[in-house]
Amino acid sequence: MESITVTFKLNGKTTAVAIEPLESLRTVLREHLHLHATKAGCGQGGCGSCTVLVNAEPVLSCLMLAALADGQEITTLEGIGTAQHMHPLQAAFFDRFAAQCGYCSPGMIMAAKALLDKNPHPTRAEIAEALAGNLCRCTGYVAILDAIEDVVTQMQEA
Amino acid sequence: MGVKQLGIVGQSVKRRDGIGHVTGQTQYVDDVFYTGMLWLKMVRSPISRGIIHGIDTSKAEAFPGVVTVVTAKDVPNNWYTILCLIGVEPNDEPVLAHEEVMYFGEPICAIVAETEAIAAEAAALVKLDIEELPPVLEMEFAISPDAPAIKKWGNNTFMYDGYNHRKLRFGDFEKAIQQADYVIEGDYSLSPIEHAPIETHCCVVKPEPDGRLTVHSNTQALYFTMDNTAIILQVPSQRLHMIGGTVGGGFGGKVDVITEPITCIAAMKTGRPVKWRWTREEEMRKSSTRAGVKMHYTDGVMKDGRIIARKVRSLEDAGAYHRHSPYGVQKHMANLPGPYTIPNVWVDAYCVYTNRQPSSAMRGFGVTEATFAVECQMERIARTIGMDSWEIRLINAYRNGQMRPVQKVVEDATLIETIQAAAELIGHELPAHLKAMSSDDYAGKGGHHG
Ligand code: FES
Ligand code: FES
Repeated sequence: MESITVTFKLNGKTTAVAIEPLESLRTVLREHLHLHATKAGCGQGGCGSCTVLVNAEPVLSCLMLAALADGQEITTLEGIGTAQHMHPLQAAFFDRFAAQCGYCSPGMIMAAKALLDKNPHPTRAEIAEALAGNLCRCTGYVAILDAIEDVVTQMQEA
Repeated sequence: MGVKQLGIVGQSVKRRDGIGHVTGQTQYVDDVFYTGMLWLKMVRSPISRGIIHGIDTSKAEAFPGVVTVVTAKDVPNNWYTILCLIGVEPNDEPVLAHEEVMYFGEPICAIVAETEAIAAEAAALVKLDIEELPPVLEMEFAISPDAPAIKKWGNNTFMYDGYNHRKLRFGDFEKAIQQADYVIEGDYSLSPIEHAPIETHCCVVKPEPDGRLTVHSNTQALYFTMDNTAIILQVPSQRLHMIGGTVGGGFGGKVDVITEPITCIAAMKTGRPVKWRWTREEEMRKSSTRAGVKMHYTDGVMKDGRIIARKVRSLEDAGAYHRHSPYGVQKHMANLPGPYTIPNVWVDAYCVYTNRQPSSAMRGFGVTEATFAVECQMERIARTIGMDSWEIRLINAYRNGQMRPVQKVVEDATLIETIQAAAELIGHELPAHLKAMSSDDYAGKGGHHG
């Protein structure tokens, strides 16, 4: 199949990349653009580890054709903070031991960010609902909910 | 020595790898890419049991983009030797099957290609000529005389010192059960459990110019993996530069040395870096699981709550091959009587082979299953004789100085104190005689078997 070029805004920067027409957004992010934070737990929409933001909406990047990302705005975990300047969600996940093996953490944090950007004061139940598609097998769910609630509290106080 | 001098005890310490995890900078094995890297896909058995008459790889080899096909002939020592160093033998599992297949999903040959998609497409072109045999799938059937022997040594169990089960004998069960006020029986079973780590199995191997192999592995046991891989490859272990330590969830599911040997052979054969990563389906249906277990308890209990006799028959489903199960059953046997002092014990623990995906290590395997059954049985005893759940356990809990059925004297008992602390934490007031109990009250100081 002939390759096609897609252009999108990735973590704030306009990016053009040559892809195979049927490649997923996850494959393009990980294997063409070498952004490895986005994980690959299943490739079939079951685990949430590949969650990224497309125009601020949480999306399973393993199920989205990269071709459909043309002209859209994509945010991955790399785009929201660094080791030196962590996003409040990253800092809270670190402080609360919400990342054990860490494989689910990128997807968890992106799903949480999508929620807080829309609803800065969610209840614990609303947070759990927003993360319902993200699996953690190290069973850090309590710590994960605690971490996100910490950020909600910080935002209320600020 | 006060705790204070240790400095770190009692303090919360931040994880060294935590910032890497939350910022996406941690490098997992699937994040490793090399220029010119090839991809591996496994051709697996489509049936549960059969005899291999032919493996025709010609169409796959001719497929554009395929670089090589790895078969049993390419494996220098074609045995998984996982526990050979602790006497689990004879070897029973080939790295790649060539004579027979023993479970659905058993590895047969590996396609190595320029892309993962090409490898997957070519894998479907391998023609397998396998004569199907009726599979043995149920444990009671497997150990019955009617079952065909699926193991080369002529039956379907691991052999422990010449017996088809691990025996534990302590005191005189047959006599004691006659004297008991109650005989209480219970059946307990667990299904196999898949670890389902979010990160699937993955291995990347790069051949180096000096003849060494750089091996990126998500094994839970790096040195164990190095030793076993070296035995399979028949190379000195210093030829393997193992890089590991970052595991995206394991829970016991990543100690079987199941990806590294093949990926190494593919890299040696092609002279190029090779990645093998499992699909979610492979992880769920082909990787080892916790064993399914069936346990039957027969206990002799006195009116005052003392358990004077316990007999357990347990069947553990190893699936098609040993992996870690013979060792798991050994631990299982030792834990089936529970943390209780019972003077007359009889245990028969079977490690049973069936044509199911192999079971192996998983968090406390052998022990956890026994604990589940023991505590259900304690509850059953309490209800049957009309005794309080706390009391039945505290009366029978083993004390320091008592002999356990495995012929080891108890010297670090904490069950009584733990139960007392648990009662206090939940605000349950234990009666004075139970509060007064201690792990040190054996030898004439109130221990009922003293
Ligand atoms: S990898 Fe996309 S949902 Fe699991
Ligand atoms: S931290 Fe391991 S899967 Fe969530």
